[in-house]
Formats: sequence, C-alpha cells, structure tokens
Amino acid sequence: MNTVLTWSITTAQILLVLAMACAAFRILWGPRAQDRVVGFDSLYLNAMLLLLTFGIRLGSSIYFEAALIIALLGFVGTTALAKFLLRGEVIE
Amino acid sequence: MNQAVAVPAWASMITAILLIAGAGITLIGTLGLLRLRTFYERVHAPTLGTTLGTGCIVMASMIYFSALGSRPILHELLILLFITVTTPITLMILVRAALSRDTFESKKPVSE
Repeated sequence: MNTVLTWSITTAQILLVLAMACAAFRILWGPRAQDRVVGFDSLYLNAMLLLLTFGIRLGSSIYFEAALIIALLGFVGTTALAKFLLRGEVIE
Repeated sequence: MNQAVAVPAWASMITAILLIAGAGITLIGTLGLLRLRTFYERVHAPTLGTTLGTGCIVMASMIYFSALGSRPILHELLILLFITVTTPITLMILVRAALSRDTFESKKPVSE
C-alpha cells in the first residue's frame, strides 16, 4: 500500500511541476505586466503545494513551516506589485 | 519512506487520492493561464488551484500526519485559511490596477 502512496506523491509532484512550467511561461512571455504578476502569483502557490508534497514524502513538518512562510510572503509580494502597477509607488 | 510503514492503509489511500486530485485540479487551473486569451479571463483561472487544489492537498497532508502521529494535527488549516482569505484581495487590487492602466492608455477596458 505504501508503494501506492509513493507513486501518487511522485505523480502529484510531476503535475505540480508542469503547472509551475505553465506559470513560468506566463511570466516570461506575458504580453503585459499584469499578466506577469498573475503568473508570479500562480508560481508561488504551486511551489507552496510542492513543498507540502515534499513534507508528506519525507514525513517531517519542517516543510509545513516553509510553505506557511511562502504563503505569507507571496501575498505581500503580489500585493506590493499590484500596488506598484496601480499607483506607480508601493508605499504612499 | 520508513515512516510510511506506520501509516494504515486507509489513510494512505485517502492521501493518495486527495494528492492526485489536488495536483490535477491545480494543473487544470494553471493550464487556463496559458489557454485563455485576454487578461480579464486569465485572472480567473488560477483561483481553481488556490481554492480546491490547495484544499485537497492540505486535507491530504492533515490526514497523513494525523495518521502518522495517531493524534489530530490540524495546523495545515492555517495555510488553507490564509490562502483563501488573501487571494481575492490580491486579485481585486491587480484587476483594479489593470483597469486603471487600460483606461490610462485609452484602450477599451475589457478587450485587451
């Protein structure tokens, strides 16, 4: 039964890496700046889910804390980028 | 994978199903980022990954670690709560920025 778990974790990681590749394509070839910001938002979210699957694979809770920090700081980064696109400066 | 020996069979089956479902849903949402044509359509697509994909993978992690430690471990709910709260705020500010940029460049706001 644990081979089922191992193979499903590997499959989930491959799917998440493909999703990260799609988001990286949108970052690199986005027509405008807001497309790149949406791609960045999707990229950090997929990286956070990939860290959760690494935590399940290794059975340690250190990856959970890394995923929580990515979730917190990614929100701050995307909001700062959106505010910059909106006003031209981050802190008014 | 020597920790996974202690996990019962039902927990690993549920974890496997939830992991593949969550990763597949996230991939579908991110493929929408490639396929859709205008920005205002593309901004909807990754929210499939932020709600249902994150929910499935967080549920899988909670069930696995609860079965591994034989006590309920619920701290992954923090990630789910935080992602669910912050994604609409971010995307609303981003769409407002895109609208102001489009009207500033005197384009029609909905068609790119």
